[in-house]
Amino acid sequence: MTAATGNPVANTASRRLGGGRRISLDWLGAVPFFGYVGLFLILPTGIVVVGAFFSKEGPTLANISDLTQPFIITSLINSLLLSTITAIAGAFFGALMAYALATGNPNGALRRIVSAACGVLAQFGGVILAFAFIATIGLGGFVYVFLLNQGIDIYPNGVWLYTLPGLMLVYMYFQIPLMVLVFLPALDGIRPQWREATESLGGSTWHYWRYVAGPLLTPAFLGATLLLFANAFSAYATVAALVNQGGIVVPIQIANALQSETGAHDPGFAKALALVMVVVVAIVMTLYAVLSRRTAKWLQ
Amino acid sequence: MPCSRGELQNGCSEGRPPWAHDVIRARRLRLQIFRAVVLILLGAFFLVPIGAMFEFSTRGNTMDAPRTLSYWASIFTFPDLVQAIIASLELATITALAMLLLLVPTMIWIRLRLPRLRRVMEFICLLPLTIPAIVLVVGLLPIYLWVSFYGDSIYPGAGDSILTLAFAYVILVLPYTYRTLDAGLSAIDVKTLSEAARSLGAGWPTVILRVIVPNMPGAILNSCLLSVALVLGEYTVANLFNFENLQVALVTLSRLNAGVSIAVAVAGLMFTFGLLVALSFVGRARTQTKLPPPKAIAAIPQVSASSGPVWGQRT
Repeated sequence: MTAATGNPVANTASRRLGGGRRISLDWLGAVPFFGYVGLFLILPTGIVVVGAFFSKEGPTLANISDLTQPFIITSLINSLLLSTITAIAGAFFGALMAYALATGNPNGALRRIVSAACGVLAQFGGVILAFAFIATIGLGGFVYVFLLNQGIDIYPNGVWLYTLPGLMLVYMYFQIPLMVLVFLPALDGIRPQWREATESLGGSTWHYWRYVAGPLLTPAFLGATLLLFANAFSAYATVAALVNQGGIVVPIQIANALQSETGAHDPGFAKALALVMVVVVAIVMTLYAVLSRRTAKWLQ
Repeated sequence: MPCSRGELQNGCSEGRPPWAHDVIRARRLRLQIFRAVVLILLGAFFLVPIGAMFEFSTRGNTMDAPRTLSYWASIFTFPDLVQAIIASLELATITALAMLLLLVPTMIWIRLRLPRLRRVMEFICLLPLTIPAIVLVVGLLPIYLWVSFYGDSIYPGAGDSILTLAFAYVILVLPYTYRTLDAGLSAIDVKTLSEAARSLGAGWPTVILRVIVPNMPGAILNSCLLSVALVLGEYTVANLFNFENLQVALVTLSRLNAGVSIAVAVAGLMFTFGLLVALSFVGRARTQTKLPPPKAIAAIPQVSASSGPVWGQRT
């Protein structure tokens, strides 16, 4: 009863705020954008999530149970290994490089050039990065031929560039730059006064890193590592350009299931694989969001 | 002597008792050695492959043949490649324009009239970071069947044109462009500007196009450059939809003529690098125009977006 009598009052109040009796049409202005993303972002995601549980005949769990096939498990493990190792190593080297940049002149040419180069390599390289390594340590590559002439064979047990270790090396080429881009703002947030405060209280360099800078940078570092993981896990272009055959990682398995010429055309299974990727990346990115919120607290 | 950023972080000798100088000098030396080692080693890791690409693209037919630019010269003799480059440039233009058309009015409108939707819009715009491009492709396939069907009924051939990729590319560039445009809008007083224009009788198109947009040229240009760079480097969506854009053509060509494909790859890398260097200058120009009149706000420390939240406080 109270709700029923309360409603008309609230309605008139809100209508008065909205300007007379006219019904507000403000929401119409947001329709084009939300319509567009609804059609080209939300709907495709929905199609993947729902389609994973459907086949041509109707609802099924076959796509999901097909995920346990040995070659799918292998590529999933490969994907996780590739992403974990390149995320950790990329985060480590990227953090070193970011620190080397952060301690220089913030408006200097070095930082400007390195930042732009990191942007290119981290986000726009894809195919080109695969080419770069083929030209470097491929069988006709400059460095490979040079080392061979010095009597060093980097492929004593066969060419590993086109296998998982090779992929890891190539992935580092975009993981380190991404780390630099993501971690640099966190390092910029470190105030020199904190170091001075540590010193005036008698603390050493070790104390400063252990008790001041370290704890402050840890959430940012872990968050960036997670972002690197998601980045490597989602990457398709580099591996597709580097490895022609087989299904070494999950994105390639999805592509194989989508393309009819491989004989494995199965859109329902592609959606199940895509769902696995969404779930993994969503978990990682949620953790990232939590950590970056913690970082944002003191960065501002 | 003013202290540089690195000196501040690791001890600046200015105004300190003499006993501190040796400690600080030693620390500064250690830091400089650390910086040099890191930058040289990682720099080599990044520069050697690019150098190797350049070396590869200037090879003659045999290992002993003299250096030649014949691969570079023959780039434009591959019609498929030229067509793909043109298609990618067209896609970059369409994507940048469509992105602006979709985002700028909506972002302004939401700021002014629908502030409750701001978080929702931000969440949606950042969503493509969480959904791998390959997953988006899986979900977009059925939708592109409709695009193809209705596109052809509007204009014959339009539904199967490579330019339909722009629909997906606008989604892919959202996270990057949204952040840039949001920073640009936050730097100006959208509410006051639009109220002033409205009270002088301006319609909404005038407010957006002639009042607010001219006040954020840096953010607009920035977001356009980002879109162009992203579209020129896109491979996943085009490849799985069987369209030949620049990157797909590069992979195809690499199996026929590796030299030419690597020459184009180097050129593409340099072009994108140039765009991003230009972008870093745009960022600086914007913060310079943002400086307030000296007398009024001189006492408030400057905090600019591009120089970082803290370092701007030093004058």
